[in-house]
Amino acid sequence: MSQLEIKNLHVAIGEKEIVKGLTLTIQSGEVHAIMGPNGTGKSTLSKAIAGHPDYTITSGEVLLDGKSILELEADERARAGLFLAFQYPSEIPGVSIANFLRAAQQARMAEGEELDASAYYKRLYSKMDLLKIDRKFTSRSVNEGFSGGEKKRCEILQMAMLEPKFSLMDETDSGLDIDALRIVADGVNTMRGPNLGVLLITHYQRLLDYIVPDHVHVMWDGRIVKSGDKSLALELEAKGYDWVKKELAAATA
Amino acid sequence: MSTLTAPQTIVGSFTAEAFAAQLAKQKSAPAWWLDRKRAAYEKFVSLPLPKRTDESWRFSNITTLTLDGFNVGGRAGISTEAPFGPAHLAFANNTLTSRTPLVADLVGRGVIVTTLAEAAEKHTELLKAHFMAQPQKQGSEKFAALHTAFVADGAFVYVPRGVEAGAPIVITHSAAGAGAAVFPHTLVVAEENSKVTVVDYFVSADSAAHFACGANDLYAGHGAQLTYVAAQNWSRETLSFQFNSTVVRRDARVQSLNLHLGSRQARHESLSQLAAPGAFSEMLALTVTEGAQEFDQRTLQIHQAPNTKSDLLYKNALRDTAKTIFSGLIVVDPDAQKTDAYQSNRNLMLSDAAEAQSLPGLEIQANDVRCTHGATSSRIDPEQEFYLQSRGIRQAMADELLTFGFFEEVLNRLASEPLHDALRELIKTKFKK
Repeated sequence: MSQLEIKNLHVAIGEKEIVKGLTLTIQSGEVHAIMGPNGTGKSTLSKAIAGHPDYTITSGEVLLDGKSILELEADERARAGLFLAFQYPSEIPGVSIANFLRAAQQARMAEGEELDASAYYKRLYSKMDLLKIDRKFTSRSVNEGFSGGEKKRCEILQMAMLEPKFSLMDETDSGLDIDALRIVADGVNTMRGPNLGVLLITHYQRLLDYIVPDHVHVMWDGRIVKSGDKSLALELEAKGYDWVKKELAAATA
Repeated sequence: MSTLTAPQTIVGSFTAEAFAAQLAKQKSAPAWWLDRKRAAYEKFVSLPLPKRTDESWRFSNITTLTLDGFNVGGRAGISTEAPFGPAHLAFANNTLTSRTPLVADLVGRGVIVTTLAEAAEKHTELLKAHFMAQPQKQGSEKFAALHTAFVADGAFVYVPRGVEAGAPIVITHSAAGAGAAVFPHTLVVAEENSKVTVVDYFVSADSAAHFACGANDLYAGHGAQLTYVAAQNWSRETLSFQFNSTVVRRDARVQSLNLHLGSRQARHESLSQLAAPGAFSEMLALTVTEGAQEFDQRTLQIHQAPNTKSDLLYKNALRDTAKTIFSGLIVVDPDAQKTDAYQSNRNLMLSDAAEAQSLPGLEIQANDVRCTHGATSSRIDPEQEFYLQSRGIRQAMADELLTFGFFEEVLNRLASEPLHDALRELIKTKFKK
């Protein structure tokens, strides 16, 4: 069992504070959804936890199994068990998916230890079969010229290969039609289990029809302002974010 | 009162005595070759070293172009293993040290892979027509003359009309021992509708300073397809010159790829002449720097006939305090209408202390042409780097992957997968150091 604790986290880009004291604990096996309108700091939260150099954590803590990860570089955080599924994955021309994932696997091995290539390909192909991804995919350059759906499936494939303890999924549903959304959700549901904790960031309730969360949080102006179970997502869908805004205004008035 | 002094002649180690000694060894060479050598030596002596004000040496470090401290005809070293498989011809310190015969079938169909010395005896007219027959005017006339004067052997590849030579013909040239001066030469003649791939591999047997002054002549006859790969991996102390001359006849296609890894300072001059309609020359190069290396690449694409095409793509990955210079010129002769010429130099800056200079140029005398050129310098995209790191890949490895990604556009132009892979592996060795 693993635990990811985010404690009173403050994140700034340059001088501007975006995340303003966010607290959340995720246990392995749980799926948490963070919902909120655009510009409320959802993506900033995920990138800051993953270690993007443009985001400064000004105060607070992020603990993985009780140990702070804030002094670690992005690659060290990944090797410690974090995974970020990008909203807009980078295109890497000239680097095939197979070589890219191989380098990621190799990075997880001790120095001087060589990856067993045939075992690696066997595992890669079995994951691809599981996610119903064509094997030709592996020789294509990472995300180059991919459709929105292909990019998201490529993210899911990487997650399946790297088997993180916690996956931060940033707007995994953005830019997807309903078929692509279903494929991506199936992928996440396939991996769901006692060894994986998921933080699902989304703007719309739609994704949560396919990936049913254990907990739902509403993020507003850099904080979590409301938490509940999956019914909160439905309530939000029905009442809109203005409902939260009015509640907040009433509370602070 | 001022005194006039005779222009100083600089020959360094390449003295008249050294030349005479070298000439004496070529007893069986035909008179025309020896005459060319004598004329070249005179030219070498008469020409000055490049000067700071020479446009063709703009941005180059000319203070390090020394001719001193080298020796010609040192003992042959041991040929170094080629990453391209067994060499058909292996030269060490200008001497043939081993050869792998061509398959009988190709020999039967008239394909010739032999030494220049042997070709001078048996195929003298072919050699006379193509060996160092093209003009040399890209700034290194003194060094090119030195090459012509001292080159005594090299590779001769001839593919007759309509014959496909199949697997790459591999030639290695190595230098061994402190101060060794080598003059590698490869001549490829691909006759009408023939097809051939030739690989030249240049390597040092040790880490000593060498002087390498090599040339290759590529000739593609009507409809021929010639692929030429040159991988330069001399020691890090070597001063290297490479001169390429490519002649492309009607509907022929030449693809050349130069990989630059070694040397302290390496100058590469490449000349493509699109001599008849339908001719196509694809000029590719990849350079990986380290330390304070300098790579100086000068190219000339001359369109002499209508409906000809040239496509140049030179990519440099710059690390440490290294420097690259690219100077390219596209020349379109007055009657070369419908020319399609492309020239691109792209630099990936992996270090803030590295320096990339780019001088693209056009000289167009026809009015119905399509010529594009461009140069870019860019750094590693931090978002791409973060993407790789977020998968657990360490920064150094991420940068290496991104550099290979940057090179892939060039390597992918090669039709041969084994060649592609061999070049990749060779580039990797430079990252492992």
